[in-house]
Formats: sequence, structure tokens, C-alpha cells
Amino acid sequence: MFLGGLLLLFVVAPLSGMILATSPESFLETIARKEVTNSIILTILTSFGGTLFFSFLAIPLAYLMARHEFPGKKIVSGIIDLPVVIPHTAAGIAILGFISRDSVIGKAAESIGFTFVGHPVAIALAMAFVSIPFLFNAARDGFEAVPIRYEKVALNLKASPFKVFFTISLPLASRSILSGFIMMFARGMSEFGAVVIVAYHPMITPILVYEWFTSFGLKYARPAAVAFILICLVFFVVLRFIVNEKGKRTNVRAK
Amino acid sequence: MLELNNISKRLGDFSLEDINLSINKNEYFVILGISGAGKSVLLEMIAGMVTPDVGTVVLNGKNITHVSIQNRDVGIVFQDFAVFPHMTVLKNILYPLKNMGLKKAEAIETAKEYAREMNISHLLDRMPDTLSGGELQRVALTRTLATKPDFLLLDEPLASVDSKLKDEIRGLLRNIHRKGITIIHVTHDYEEAVSLAEKIAVIYQGKLIQTGTAKEVFHNPKSEFIANFTGIKNFYRATYNDENVSLVEESVFIHHYNNAQEPKGYLLLRSEDVILSKQHTLTSTLNNFEGTVMDFFPCIHGIEVQIDIGIKITAHITHESVKALGLERGKKIWVSFKSTAVKFIPHDE
Repeated sequence: MFLGGLLLLFVVAPLSGMILATSPESFLETIARKEVTNSIILTILTSFGGTLFFSFLAIPLAYLMARHEFPGKKIVSGIIDLPVVIPHTAAGIAILGFISRDSVIGKAAESIGFTFVGHPVAIALAMAFVSIPFLFNAARDGFEAVPIRYEKVALNLKASPFKVFFTISLPLASRSILSGFIMMFARGMSEFGAVVIVAYHPMITPILVYEWFTSFGLKYARPAAVAFILICLVFFVVLRFIVNEKGKRTNVRAK
Repeated sequence: MLELNNISKRLGDFSLEDINLSINKNEYFVILGISGAGKSVLLEMIAGMVTPDVGTVVLNGKNITHVSIQNRDVGIVFQDFAVFPHMTVLKNILYPLKNMGLKKAEAIETAKEYAREMNISHLLDRMPDTLSGGELQRVALTRTLATKPDFLLLDEPLASVDSKLKDEIRGLLRNIHRKGITIIHVTHDYEEAVSLAEKIAVIYQGKLIQTGTAKEVFHNPKSEFIANFTGIKNFYRATYNDENVSLVEESVFIHHYNNAQEPKGYLLLRSEDVILSKQHTLTSTLNNFEGTVMDFFPCIHGIEVQIDIGIKITAHITHESVKALGLERGKKIWVSFKSTAVKFIPHDE
């Protein structure tokens, strides 16, 4: 009990300390600044866009992993989890190598007049790279919890496998998937290491906070950090609430 | 007609071995066996959810062994009903109708019609987690019947239903069968089999050990397993007469305890419940007959005695009793058994 309390305090104390140390005036002044609001919007949009785009790839693969046995399945699982264990700056370097002007993909993009480096798309890629395991693993667990019997019955009721996926498997796993979506989105928003390598500008909020801290000091950077934390919290709480409400309606009863 | 030819399947430690079965159109066919005998695998094989290692499944002359689940004209209802938890009852019933290409308005109309027939119109807007076992059973049946299957496969349909509701569901199944749907029903409960089946197949450890009418299977069990499975040696066709009395094999009136809901059925009596005595003594038993000893022979736990009282009745007694009664073939003896030991299981013709 006491140890648990200590742990909670460890998480809550620095955060609340930071919020309490920020005067309302400096806070309001900071959030009124265009560069702050722009960076917050950029952070949310890039993370959301990246999460959304990679959902289309991660969810079908998660379903495949949950329902089928194939050689090399464990290796695929290990590869997806890799971003969790490698340092994020290293991940940033890897992504940069992948999209830089010298790479095959970078050159191809360049030929149609598109430069990845310094573009929001690069930011989204870096964010997605380090946060994809959250969505993938949650989706796979979600599909695994759907009793296979529902899918068999749906086939027996003359549905095509494609329709079974969209009308049975996906809705019944949706709570897990949405939960993973939120985690990936939130994790993407808070990413610094990988993003700072691929795109220092335009500045996402974690980089803005870092920049202000190194240039002007703790006091100057604090209100921006507080504003960003509050926005993240609001998003997180609202989305969680939506997922929980949905969960009440579609309760998967695993058998 | 549905035929299973030389079906074998290995699933881990369990295997089905050389199953041959043919089920006629409009038959009520019960596959009877203890749990783990392979009954459900057999059903899933007919539905296309499990592919046999060896053998063929032939439906109406067409080999469907490798036809996909959605292209077989069989409907399956599982023991846990598998009513989709994220859809209302109406949407559950609409599901197959839409898959079959019905327009929305037409599908809704058809679904409502099926619901009326199955007495679940009042449940259409409900979510499955608010329904009882019996209601879920009806929803699952309705949903499957909406696909207009030639064969309806039922996996332990009465196992998850309250005992009060069992008679009602049995009646419902008979009605569905009367409408011309062939039913293949899997159960571990021999009373259920006796009550519903036109034909019974007994499956044990992955092998089919006997197929025939209820009477053939229970009266002349081909294996020790079937005999012990039910323990019923006295099994008769009966017509309900009046006041818990039935005419048995058109020759003897027997008292039993439960009221018959249908005029025809079977009477079941365990051989352990039959009492033999040298003379008629006044006891509380309502069934007392004088008969002739036809034969007696040792069985696992004593002696089995067959007596003719107008019908053949089997009693199970100890060696000591045989000596005390001085049993001999052809000797007259009194047979009595309590009406509470006799069970009437309705079964219409």
C-alpha cells in the first residue's frame, strides 16, 4: 500500500509541481503564441495521420497473426516489437537513412518534387515507427479474444470471409483496437528522439519545449510543456471515455 | 440425403475412425455419445468447419468435402448459440438474409415473419446479453432457419437450457422437423435421443458403434458400452392411456409417474428396479404381474433374469436372491416395480 502510494507520488509529484509552478499569466500568454498553437496542432495532426495510415496496415496483419499459423510468425512478432527496444534517436537515424535524398525512396519522392526531410510526413513516419507496436499488439490481442465460433457461424450464415472480418471480427475487437489506436496516437505525440533527427523544423511541441529550454531556460519552457501535457491529457481522457462507452455496448464475451 | 463415407480425422490425441453414415431427407437423426466421443467434430465436418483427413461428405449426390462453409446448404446451431453479441436480435436474424442478397425492406419483413413463427417478435430490439438461454436458443434457431438449410445441425441444443424449458424446446424442434427440415442432432443425453430421434447413431471413442431406431439401439445394444451407457434393459413402445397408465406393446398396462404430454412414447425401466417374489405380497408398488422365468444368466454385478409377463422384462438380482427364490426356467414368479421407477418419454410417430 505504502509502496504503491510512493509510486503514484513519483508520477504525480513532478507533473503537479510543474503545473503549480506555472503562473496563470505566463500560461495564458504562452498558449496565445502562434508558434505554440501551431506546434501543438502539427503534433496532433502528424501523430493522428501517422496512426490512421498505419492502422490500415497494422490491423489486417494483426488479424492474420491472431488467426493463422505460418512459418516465421514469431519472427514477424519480434520485428514489430523492435521499435520498443531500440533507442529512439537510433530509430530516427534509421528512418532518416530510409527517406533521405540519397535513399531509393527519397530519390523517387524527389523526382516528383517531394522532399521527405523536414516535411510533416517524415515526422509522422518517425512517430509511427516508434509507436506502432502499441496498436499492433492491442489489435492482435483484440482479435484473439474474439471467439472463433462467431466467425464460423457467420460463414455458415452465408457471409463471405471479407464480410465476416468487417461485420464480426473487427467490431468485436474494436474496443481493443481503439485502445491501441489511442496508445499509438498518444505515444506518437510525445515522441522526441526519433523526430528530432528527421525534422527539427517544422517544430512539434516536444522539440519546441526542448528548444526553449536550451535557449531560454526552465522557466521559459515550462508553460509550453504544461500546455502540451494538458492537451494530451484531455485527448487521452476523452478518447478513453469514448472507448469505454463503446465497450459497454459491444461486450465481447470470450468463451 | 447426406452421406459420410469412410471419414477419418486426427485432431491431437483424438481421432475419428472410418465413419460411415447416411442420413435420409426429412429424417430426425440423433448422434448419441458421451462428451469427447467426437460428435461435435462430426457436425463441424458436415458444416465444413473441419476437413476430414480421409473420406468424403456427399450432400444430395454432390461431393462437398472441400466446398467452403458458406456454400453448403446446411445450417448449424452451436451449444453456446453464438448469437452475435454486438447486434440486436433483429440484426442477428437479418444477417443471413442480407448475405443472401435480400433488399433491406424485404429482409426486415422476412425476419419479422420468421420471428413471429418462432415466437420471438417481442425480442427483436433486445441485445443478446439481456436474453435467457431459451430465448437465445430460439434466436439462434431462427437465424439459422432464415438461410433455408436442407439440413439443420444441432450441437447439444438442450444442454444450455433450463430443465423447465426443455419440453418446450423439444416441441419446437419437432415442429421444425415437421416442416420438412432434416435434423441432425448431437447429444450425450439418451432420453433426449429417445424422445426425438427417428434414427440414432451411437458414437464412442471416435468410432460409430451402432445405428438404428431407438428401439433397435436400446433393446439390442450391440456393445457393452451402449448397454451400460443407458443402463436401460427394459424399453417399450407405449401408448398413453389414462391417469399415468400406458398400454405397453399393446398387451400390458403399466403405471408410471410422469404425465404424458404426447399420446405416444417409450417406457423405460431399469432392471435394478424390478423386484421378484415367490408370491404376491401387498406393497405400495402399483405394477404387479405374475410371469414365467424365460432365462437367467450372469452379468457383471450378479444375475440377469428375463421374465415373460406378456412382454419380456429384465430384472437384475444377486446370486443370493437367485438361490433364495429357487429360480428355474419356466417357473412362475411375481414381478413388481414402483410406478416412480418407470419413465414415460414422449415420442410421436
